[in-house]
Amino acid sequence: MIRSEKLTRCFGDVAALDQTDVSIREHAITVIMGGSGSGKTTLLRLLSALDTPTSGSVWFDGDDLAQVSSKRLYELRARMGMVFQYSALLNSLNVYDNVAFPLHEHTKLDESVIRTVVSMKLEQVGLRGFEHLMPSELSGGMAKRVAFARALAMDPEVVFFDEPTSGLDPISAGVVTTLIHDLTQKTKMTSIVVTHDVQAGLAIADHVILLWQGKVIAEGTADEIRQSTDERVSQFIEGRPDGPIPFSRSTTPYIDDLLHNSGGVNS
Amino acid sequence: MSGELVVTDNWFMRVVGKLGRNVLGIVSWLGDMASITTSSLALIFASPWQGKHIVLQLYALGVGSFIIIAITGAFTGMVLSLQGYYTLAKFGSESLLGSAVALSIIRELGPVLGALMLVGRAGSSITAEIGIMRVTEQLDALQMMAVNPRARIVLPRIVAITIATPLLVSMFDIIGLGAGYVVGVEMLGVNAGAFTGEMVAKILPEDLYAGWVKAVVFGFLVGSVCTYMGYRAVPTTEGVAKATTQAVVIGSVGILMMDYILTSFFL
Repeated sequence: MIRSEKLTRCFGDVAALDQTDVSIREHAITVIMGGSGSGKTTLLRLLSALDTPTSGSVWFDGDDLAQVSSKRLYELRARMGMVFQYSALLNSLNVYDNVAFPLHEHTKLDESVIRTVVSMKLEQVGLRGFEHLMPSELSGGMAKRVAFARALAMDPEVVFFDEPTSGLDPISAGVVTTLIHDLTQKTKMTSIVVTHDVQAGLAIADHVILLWQGKVIAEGTADEIRQSTDERVSQFIEGRPDGPIPFSRSTTPYIDDLLHNSGGVNS
Repeated sequence: MSGELVVTDNWFMRVVGKLGRNVLGIVSWLGDMASITTSSLALIFASPWQGKHIVLQLYALGVGSFIIIAITGAFTGMVLSLQGYYTLAKFGSESLLGSAVALSIIRELGPVLGALMLVGRAGSSITAEIGIMRVTEQLDALQMMAVNPRARIVLPRIVAITIATPLLVSMFDIIGLGAGYVVGVEMLGVNAGAFTGEMVAKILPEDLYAGWVKAVVFGFLVGSVCTYMGYRAVPTTEGVAKATTQAVVIGSVGILMMDYILTSFFL
């Protein structure tokens, strides 16, 4: 359904994503994992066409999202939904209007029908009865769930999740993770989840893609990833500071900085 | 004659190089702003029609700015009348006070001061609002819901402030003339018939048109600059603050520059 070919995205001279090929399984949960700066959010933004690649292609069925017209892109987006890292609820609208927003924009449904749909979507995320609250009155977990309900409002075929559990307490994170799993199974949608929450990611994943320095270093089922003999994969899964993935990104010797040496010469 | 580019490293070349880069930067900035503004305005007749949002913005930006415009207009008329009276009194020409106040306000001070107040009040709020929508990914969320943020966010604000400015400037003019009358006639003792008679006799339809044309141009300028600065704000707290300051500075300087161009055209 969605796949990338030699996808590259550069910021200045740095390649955040380098010649990456990924293929997203239909009606399944694909979890993209990796450390900070590994390129996972960049990959998600390219797959959802929120960003344009420096080179390469993103295929959504028969359309290359990097090449399609703006009109066609908006048509395709009617089949997508997205839950953003910080929810991205529209501040000026209450919970009801946020969830109803795509329905008001793209359908001519009667308001009573829209009200029913919004109630159903909020019931799915456990927030029916909170329609009157403004985004500023919601906790982080509640805002994520409202964003989830909004993403589901148009019954999308594909839903993108950007760090769905970041900043949430364990219970809220568990609720959101379970929701992704259960709703993907019930609605047969395709879910693409970007996370660095290893346990949550592996628990719900049908397919895992592990990124490091803008490249795919491992791919497979959760069990295959857990049993991988690749040192980089096991270091990430176990969260060890020592290994082939360096903790420190400094490029100069620590002792030189402490002694205020520049280029090895005493200043 | 080998065709190789010879770079001379001296202070003159560095200054010319820096100047060239700055000019290229300004041209590129103007081109990008023109591109965003025209592509947004091109959506004015696109479906769905944004009439409701234009009216909402007219209320927020226009009606919301009335008080500050009224206060500025009143004090401008009062001080003009006061200054004009003592200058004209030296030549025994107090009877010309009405036309002096009216022409100054209608041709020059009404549009310029009115637009400057609008940049500070409405323009800064436009930039900050759109910039915060950028920081909190609300603009991305709109795109993912297949709603074009240029049609939904940028267009209504440019159209609304372009319509609101001449209306507010007309209010500025009326209030300014009234305040000038109170100071000149009621406080300083200028003959009421001479004040209003001179005013009516000296104001030509061209003066009114010139004021309104200026107001429309200034309104469009404020709308274009302020929406653009918000739309392209660096998505950080500091980025939004910087964009808001720049929008007010660039908008204010732009109004004064455009005022000179339009005044030289109308004279």
